[in-house]
Amino acid sequence: MTALPGPYVRTEMLPQQPPPIGQAGLLRWVRENLFSSVLNATLTLVTILVVFSLVRHMLPWFANSVWTAGSLTECREMLDGKTGACFSVVADRWNQMVFGFYPVELYWRPILAVVLLLAALAPMLFSGVPRQLLWFSVFYPAVAVWLLWGGSLWGPILATVGFGIAFMVYQSVARLQALLAAPLALLSLMVWWLWGVGLVAGVAQSIVPLDLTEVRSHEFGGFMLSVVIGVTGIALSLPMGILLALGRKSDLFLIRTVCIGFIEFIRGVPLITLLFTASTLLNYFLPPNTNFDITLRVIIMVTIFAAAYMAEVIRGGLSALPTGQYEAADALGLNYWKAQRLIIMPQALKISIPGIVNTFIGLFKDTTLVIFIGLLDPLGLTNSIRADVNWNGIYWELFLFVGVMFFIVCFSMSRYSMYLERRLKTDHL
Amino acid sequence: MMKTTMIFGTLVSTAFAAGIASASTLDDVKARGELVCGVNTGLVGFAAPDDSGEWKGFDVAICRAVAAAVLGDQSKVRFVPTSSQTRFTVLASGEVDMLVRNTTWTFSRDADLKFTFAGVNYYDGQGFMVNKDMGISSAKELDGATVCIQTGTTTELNLADFFKVNNMSYEPVPVETNAEGQQQYLARACDVYTTDASGLAATRATFADPENHIVLPEIISKEPLGPLVRHGDDQWADIVMWTLNALVAAEEYGVTSANLEELSKSSPNPEIKRLLGSEGELGAMLGLDATWAKRAIAANGNYGEIFAATIGESTPIALARGLNAQWTQGGLLYTPPFR
Repeated sequence: MTALPGPYVRTEMLPQQPPPIGQAGLLRWVRENLFSSVLNATLTLVTILVVFSLVRHMLPWFANSVWTAGSLTECREMLDGKTGACFSVVADRWNQMVFGFYPVELYWRPILAVVLLLAALAPMLFSGVPRQLLWFSVFYPAVAVWLLWGGSLWGPILATVGFGIAFMVYQSVARLQALLAAPLALLSLMVWWLWGVGLVAGVAQSIVPLDLTEVRSHEFGGFMLSVVIGVTGIALSLPMGILLALGRKSDLFLIRTVCIGFIEFIRGVPLITLLFTASTLLNYFLPPNTNFDITLRVIIMVTIFAAAYMAEVIRGGLSALPTGQYEAADALGLNYWKAQRLIIMPQALKISIPGIVNTFIGLFKDTTLVIFIGLLDPLGLTNSIRADVNWNGIYWELFLFVGVMFFIVCFSMSRYSMYLERRLKTDHL
Repeated sequence: MMKTTMIFGTLVSTAFAAGIASASTLDDVKARGELVCGVNTGLVGFAAPDDSGEWKGFDVAICRAVAAAVLGDQSKVRFVPTSSQTRFTVLASGEVDMLVRNTTWTFSRDADLKFTFAGVNYYDGQGFMVNKDMGISSAKELDGATVCIQTGTTTELNLADFFKVNNMSYEPVPVETNAEGQQQYLARACDVYTTDASGLAATRATFADPENHIVLPEIISKEPLGPLVRHGDDQWADIVMWTLNALVAAEEYGVTSANLEELSKSSPNPEIKRLLGSEGELGAMLGLDATWAKRAIAANGNYGEIFAATIGESTPIALARGLNAQWTQGGLLYTPPFR
């Protein structure tokens, strides 16, 4: 019997066909995203036109840019009537824009400080880095102060050790008499800073001299100044902000009042007012001839300003936590600090990340306000550079350069915060 | 060595020490081994850091001359850049020893703000710059013009006065800084740009086409710019004033940085001898040594040399001496005699 030709049964799969040309690839993307309706098509065309005309105007300016001239006049000669940027000023004043008036032969010190800063930040920023590095992070501020300002390493290091001493005093006293612990710890810190550090540093210095040439703050300038103010402000404002936020939610009347007063007062005053206070008013309060470093004054003002904002950002995070979390911590028998450290803060800070980074970015950009009190930050230097006869009359190139540098820093911070949010995401959406 | 380490300790101790000590500025400067001089954060020709961070300029040279006279080394100066808002407080609070920041000597600054002006190092005045194609040759023809003017300055008031007196009208275009004014003027947002004449010259020098812009001949205000010190320390004020006078006198007598050594030995002129300290006791009367003025002149030359090197006609700023010529040349520089 021969098999009848039955119904046709396919024995192998047909190869997949590519989708119709209008439904795939670039064409589909363009049609769906750019030309989906008459309105969209019009908008797309208009945008293309605008972008095109912008590029057409700006491209020759960038393409013809001169990098090697020694003055604006030379630039103009080299351009010979064409439009073009004179980026030579950036090349010529690169060192000044970055380091200010820092001695040239000591440039390695701020550079090393930045490299070490990245190393010190790594264990705090990324979970893959060995935890032991955190010890280095603890001592980094002392090392950075030493590298930037010079002098003896012992002072800053021993000043840092003071916190350890205060902590130990607190621990040992707290076991006997809880109320006295905090004041005693604070007292020991003060005593240590006022007398202990100087004494021990002197001895240590005579045994192992660790000395660098001193560089005074007035030689700081340019991006170095912005970074020093910005990084110190950022590093100090977060812990201060946390304490202020906790203080504001505290049940103790005195602490709460002080914290609210501080936050509301600082937030109610523009930063520029605080800077003017730092630069001019403080001089009237301090005795004549007191040489209280202007950079230090500015750092203090910027820090307390940022701390007040930070406190409110973190308070927002604290308020967003359901009461159940606080009650759960209590139910577990945790004391206040343990509850904060293990349960409340990790969640509250996570919620506040966008706000915190927002404050950081704002703080970093606000450092340019020091121009008004005569400190030569990058923007202040653009004015000084223009005051040189060689570069008088140059604007866009310098501002563009400063803008790009600030953008790089702020954009990195913003990207990192998004990475952190993704990493800490524990919900199941 | 341990200055950074003892920040709190020093703070407290200086607080006490400073409360007691009331040494004169001269003693302070000598003890510190450094003169602290307030200057502009950047003004073309007058004060600006060069590419190696060295401060240069006409005002800066005055500071250096004082440092050379007092400390014997013109590099022993720390320059404190001051903005127009902070300049008076940094001086009043003692943060700087003297201020040379193109500051106009006015009655109220001298009497009310309690400063002492130690002479005038530059006689300036407010002027106008216009584009040549306007076909204007006098400020009296500016009726109805739009004027770029820095707000909150004396120039704003001078401008209003000038137009009122001459029965003309104008439309102000307020700008915040010189840089902004320059851009607005070049973009033709205003017909006229007005500020101090030295500033106009410096601004014009930066244009791609300076030949198309003219500075009108009218000068509508008096702006005597000079170094100033705190009220109450007359010895220090004398030192600053006579250092400036020494620079002016040196030009008058033909003493330059080149022939200084030679003249101090061989000049028969007794005035030059007294100035350079080879005769008389002038230095001791100021609390300085005999050759203070010689060192001040040696630093950057006499007044004329400093002028020529920083803002004079051979520089791009190309300011003529004008009012700032010696009185023998029809200018206003007239130093009291050194005797």
